[in-house]
Amino acid sequence: MAAPHSPLRRLAPQLVILAAVLALNLAVFPEFFRIEFQNGRLFGGVVDVLNRGAPTAILAIGMTLVIATKGIDLSVGAVMAIAGACAAKIVADGHGWGTALAGALASGAACGLWNGVLVAWLRIQPIVATLVLMVAGRGIAQLVTEGTILTFLNEGLIHLGAGTILGIPTPVVIWVALGAGVTWAVRKTALGLLIEAIGINAAASRLAGINARVLLTCVYLVSGLCAALAGVIVAADIKGADANNAGLWMELDAILAVVIGGNSLLGGRFSITASLLGALIIQSVNSAILLSGMPPEFNLVIKAVLILAILVIQSPRIGHWLYILRASGGDPAPRRAKPVKETAR
Amino acid sequence: MIRSTSLPLIVTLATFVIAYALCASAYPAMLSSRVAANLLTDNAFLGIAAVGMTFVILSGGIDLSVGSVIAFTGVFLAVILRDTSVHPLAAFVMVLALTTAFGAAMGAAIHYLEMPPFIVTLAGMFLARGAAYVLSVDSVPITHEFYDWLQDIYWKAPSGGRFRLTGALMVLTFLAGIVLAHRTRFGQNVYAMGGGAQTAKLMGVPLGRTTVGIYAISGGLSGLAGIVFSLYTSAGYSLAAVGVELDAIAAVVIGGTLLTGGSGFVAGTFFGILIMGLIQTYIVFDGTLSSWWTKIVIGALLFTFILLQKGLTWATTLRRRPAPGSPMPS
Repeated sequence: MAAPHSPLRRLAPQLVILAAVLALNLAVFPEFFRIEFQNGRLFGGVVDVLNRGAPTAILAIGMTLVIATKGIDLSVGAVMAIAGACAAKIVADGHGWGTALAGALASGAACGLWNGVLVAWLRIQPIVATLVLMVAGRGIAQLVTEGTILTFLNEGLIHLGAGTILGIPTPVVIWVALGAGVTWAVRKTALGLLIEAIGINAAASRLAGINARVLLTCVYLVSGLCAALAGVIVAADIKGADANNAGLWMELDAILAVVIGGNSLLGGRFSITASLLGALIIQSVNSAILLSGMPPEFNLVIKAVLILAILVIQSPRIGHWLYILRASGGDPAPRRAKPVKETAR
Repeated sequence: MIRSTSLPLIVTLATFVIAYALCASAYPAMLSSRVAANLLTDNAFLGIAAVGMTFVILSGGIDLSVGSVIAFTGVFLAVILRDTSVHPLAAFVMVLALTTAFGAAMGAAIHYLEMPPFIVTLAGMFLARGAAYVLSVDSVPITHEFYDWLQDIYWKAPSGGRFRLTGALMVLTFLAGIVLAHRTRFGQNVYAMGGGAQTAKLMGVPLGRTTVGIYAISGGLSGLAGIVFSLYTSAGYSLAAVGVELDAIAAVVIGGTLLTGGSGFVAGTFFGILIMGLIQTYIVFDGTLSSWWTKIVIGALLFTFILLQKGLTWATTLRRRPAPGSPMPS
């Protein structure tokens, strides 16, 4: 059931958090918001956040769809490594960057298809099904690079990670365009509704005539494609494919971005825009830690505290307590807001 | 007829025996007691962590914090032994209490906040790894005569294999785990919870106490695994043991425990660990294969066992179905 909230109201918590973190950035680094135009590209703290947050943001787009179907994709980090390795290998063999990108995306699609078939057709729990590729994927990536870090100097491919389009870094253009495209596709058609239906109640959606198998396969396919794109960007950025470290622990960042975006891990209603804001929040926290000169060791602790805070806010039981508290307070107005969550479970 | 619950265990055992036979036929030296002793010593920390993971998975949950807790334990021990004059035994007790309490806290969060174990233990993973970083970023060596003394304890087999203390500790942990799982009320509660939390609650299983207990065991055993790991490497490093939780989960699944919970054996995990160790030993013996084949082979084994479990589940539901065409409860 879609509550008649305006999009702004849905995004309000994420926007407030993002504003707060950006303000923190400004406090520790007064020139944070200054944007300069030098050598044909934009420079500045904000541009940096948008640029560095690109891989997480792209992963979060696919992950949002997967989590909306009550699933999870643990393999995105390994798929990033595979796609980066494939792109580097194709370029190293003397082909153009277009072929390399197509090859990398094809490898990502194949990985996504594998996950989708395991989840949708063999009915294996998503966390287990994608674990297989998470364990084996890095081995496959090393098989492609033959255990070395494959470096390349192909201008076209490097442009994807480090170049600019009209002065804007290419990764930013890619993730904004992809986010807008996928949002348009799921919101202007019934796709988004169908995905939510699977996440809320798979059996009921099947009885309602939704072809859950094909749709689930497609969702994992999209997640694989997103991961491949992120993998190419990361490889292009460092001009090399590192099968061991590319995309390491990125799956956790992507899941965190989706959770910060207020999407329930139990499936159902989702917002890609909110997940993208979540990815930006994570990147802003990283940049605040770097700019403040605090040791980067605190990064993980702060992330953990962030997750814990969100957990407590999202917890069904806390929501129930709040509901009872409000109801017994004799204030009838906010009653409508909470039960949505209860029925959505 | 073989009961379908014990079939995965039998398949695991058969896989191990066949794999060992194949390895031995290729390299007769694999049969020596040295290889057997190293198999135990090298996988001791992983095995101890996997016992805790078995309980967590039997209850239908998952614990992603294992590797981070191992790293934290190592760094904590190294820093304490470097900066204070606390005896290692006292430090062991402190760190075990700390990790057990940490696991219990995660269990409490899972039960009382009704959040998925996956995300709670993910937060725990970040927290433990972050705490290790905050203690020390560098690798801290452990030089204490008590450590040297512990490392020098071994029983030398007639043919030259050295069975060390850590390997014995792993075997003891597995024995304790088997007794706890199959001979106590707590173990029965874990199996009941894995079979279905709602049913278990109606049967009178104290869900809260059991959940906290399960994750406390996993946390405590991760701490023990961390102690063993620090004995194995003589150092504490905050980047150590990355991804051990995945190896532990893989060992549990290869050992025949159903990932949905409720069915499996602690003993199966032991053979799961041995199979994974065997793959590594074979790659070392071969010399031409690269180390990344370990990951691919383990992934393939994982996939095979998941398929096997799926097939068994289908087979049992097919048998239970009364007659074709009758209404099926879903």
